[in-house]
Amino acid sequence: MADLRSNFIGIKSPNPFWLASAPPTDKEYNVRRAYEAGWGGVVWKTLGEAGPPVVNVSGPRYGAIWGADRRLLGLNNIELITDRPLEVNLREIKQVKRDYPDRALVVSLMVPCEEEPWKRILKAVEETEADGVELNFGCPHGMAERGMGSAVGQVPEYIEMVTRWVKQNSRMPCIVKLTPNITNILYPAEAAKRGGADAVSLINTINSITSVNLDTFTPEPTIDGLGAHGGYCGPAVKPIALNMVAEIARSATTAGLPISGIGGITTWRDAAEFMALGAGNVQVCTAAMTYGFKVVQEMISGLSEFMDNHGLTSVDEIVGRAVPKVKDWKDLNLNFVTKAVIDEDLCIKCGRCYAACEDTSHQAIEMGEDRTFRVKDDECVACNLCVNVCPIENCITMKELPLGEVDPRTGRKVEPYANWTTHPNNTAANAG
Amino acid sequence: MPNDQSTPGIVAGRLSADQIAQNFGDLHPPLDAHEARVAADRCYFCHDAPCMTACPTSIDIPLFIRQIATGTAEAAAKTIFNQNILGGMCARVCPTETLCEEACVRNEAECEPVQIGRLQRYATDTLMARGGHPFTRAAATGKRVAVVGAGPSGLACAHRLAMKGHDVTIFDGRKKGGGLNEFGIAAYKAPGNFAQAELAWLLGIGGITVDYGKRLGDGLSLDDLQKSHDAVFLGIGLAGVNALAVSGNHDGLASAVDWISALRQSNDKADVAVGRDVVVIGGGMTAIDAAVQAKLLGAETVTIAYRRDKAAMAASEFEQDLATSKGVRILYNAAPKSVGKEGITLARTATKGGKLIETGETLTLPADQILRAIGQTLDGAPGGLAIEGGKIAVDATGRTSVAGVWAGGDCATGGEDLTVTAVAEGRDAAEDIHTSLTGGA
Repeated sequence: MADLRSNFIGIKSPNPFWLASAPPTDKEYNVRRAYEAGWGGVVWKTLGEAGPPVVNVSGPRYGAIWGADRRLLGLNNIELITDRPLEVNLREIKQVKRDYPDRALVVSLMVPCEEEPWKRILKAVEETEADGVELNFGCPHGMAERGMGSAVGQVPEYIEMVTRWVKQNSRMPCIVKLTPNITNILYPAEAAKRGGADAVSLINTINSITSVNLDTFTPEPTIDGLGAHGGYCGPAVKPIALNMVAEIARSATTAGLPISGIGGITTWRDAAEFMALGAGNVQVCTAAMTYGFKVVQEMISGLSEFMDNHGLTSVDEIVGRAVPKVKDWKDLNLNFVTKAVIDEDLCIKCGRCYAACEDTSHQAIEMGEDRTFRVKDDECVACNLCVNVCPIENCITMKELPLGEVDPRTGRKVEPYANWTTHPNNTAANAG
Repeated sequence: MPNDQSTPGIVAGRLSADQIAQNFGDLHPPLDAHEARVAADRCYFCHDAPCMTACPTSIDIPLFIRQIATGTAEAAAKTIFNQNILGGMCARVCPTETLCEEACVRNEAECEPVQIGRLQRYATDTLMARGGHPFTRAAATGKRVAVVGAGPSGLACAHRLAMKGHDVTIFDGRKKGGGLNEFGIAAYKAPGNFAQAELAWLLGIGGITVDYGKRLGDGLSLDDLQKSHDAVFLGIGLAGVNALAVSGNHDGLASAVDWISALRQSNDKADVAVGRDVVVIGGGMTAIDAAVQAKLLGAETVTIAYRRDKAAMAASEFEQDLATSKGVRILYNAAPKSVGKEGITLARTATKGGKLIETGETLTLPADQILRAIGQTLDGAPGGLAIEGGKIAVDATGRTSVAGVWAGGDCATGGEDLTVTAVAEGRDAAEDIHTSLTGGA
């Protein structure tokens, strides 16, 4: 069993798996259950100002999309920040932290963009002895209409300003949670860094309408005949989140800024991928909401086995391992040639590779009389679509052509690394 | 003293009426909407799908399953009925394990095909439950076609012709239509009087008149039909049964076909008499159906005696397993020799050098009832038609040797003797009749 202990910006937890600020962390009862189930840390559901709490809808708060066998792939929510009184939350936070001193407990915050409200709430949170704060600049629904959440996260100047207030008015570590509803994730990340953030966490949810009810012609989820966009999360958003994490990890302006990875993490493998792309730890929500808190046990055992198999002794050894491999397109080797190869022993003869290639790609697969499928190397551009549509894992693989071998498609020998910057067709590169 | 399983002789009521009713419930219960969605999700939507090739009626199986998966079961049913108007019955009685489901690529992947038959039933049941009829007739052509036999091939042919705008009269010797769907197949495969319900639904297209109690050679002649109609289709099935060549006499010796037919027509299965010790002679579907139903009625022992080995048996592995799972014993390499008071004596056989020989060993089984299921034969085919291998010779489009006369189903050459094959042949003959009547080739 590998040592999974995590130290994220000075916040220690027995493993790098935290629950994200969301419905599962709204109150003491849930958080205690989460800790008992084995979660390393929790980001308490976002607190707002003292006074009358926010009000949630009492119709459906969630919408979803499903894959085969109704496996939940994407979840959308229109729930707001905690709708329980501030003092109740603070009291519970203090009690839970006292009872679980070895677990991370970070408090998510969202108050109006003025210094005084931030000062007030920071002082109140500090008294709970929570491990840190996370600034919710991400929620895209409801609160954003009131100038908070993603409305702040979409303006780098605001991010910087509020982050600076938080650092000036608190000794607690500060994580800035970013919204993906922007054009370039680097601007908000850079702003957080300038403001003095100890870390960023991402991604928050994505603006979304999950579906339209075709009987009533209303968007889902529907509240009394009307719908509003919600925040999208779950396995479907993982690729978007991975890219944004990687962009921050590899950019010169933000490299080294600690990242808490969020976005569709469902298994230990997802978590390890986020960490390899630079996340120091991960936060999970939809997987817990879909399967319950017990899923963390698979994440713990899976990451542990992975680390043992790779001789890794600390989770930090995973963090950022893949970052140097993330490049711009122009850096890719244009002389690299692969060809699809179909393993006839594994092939179940469904013909999906053939249909995909013949109808939508390069007509590079031929179908024999007996439904044997063979790649035509002189047509295959190695697009990988056949691999992606094949229902059998490893039935179709991409074989690399060694240096010097002739590519039957182009008739040219495979040459050493060369990218677009030096390619003869690149008029921009050759102009000078 | 009511009867029970050990009561000697051939008697009814060996089991309670409740038990019998339960035994004759659906062999494969229908899928509910959730089960159908889960089952449909397993289809890979194969290119040039092997299941479709394996279906004698070439139903576009990947398409109809995708239509179920996307919540449009009625569109799925339309896809099925376009190719096979008896898709509802075929979903129940097709030996899918040797047709579409055998070809399913999921067998390669995880030894478990997509449940095509049950999905087909889900789709067809959904549409049929809606009521009405999904097809409309083309403008009337004024042409009249006679169809002899209201079995699967005749019904498929009549429906397609009616759809094309022709007027059709179906003649059938019995008092009820449906052919083997009504009189032949095992009761637990189509409970709830489905054959009659399907027949009524099919006739909903309009333009088809059914004239019962009319049989060729018995008030009906091919010559007359040809004179009064523009074309004739023969779907007369195999009305004769092979006799059992054994010595001795046995009061309980009967034709399995007749016994099943009586069982199918009984209002209450609890009234059907069955032996305590039943021996069924044969190796095809009829033998399995007779044996299983005898067991379901409460026979104490049921044995199928087949003269060849397991591999040679015409009934599929699935059907053999079904029989044994119900408590039927299958005795391979056992050929009937004689019958008598003691029961039936069978000769042990073996296959040597490709020939079936008797080993000299015999065994005798007690038997109150002996059902012979050793094949059906063409009976009552009109003279003048070329016969080939005991069946009416037809070409690929169902044309017989006599101009203006088509044939299909079990009575005609080509294909296996299955409901689905009969449907394909009836349908294709109708297409050819239509072409021929409307000035085509």
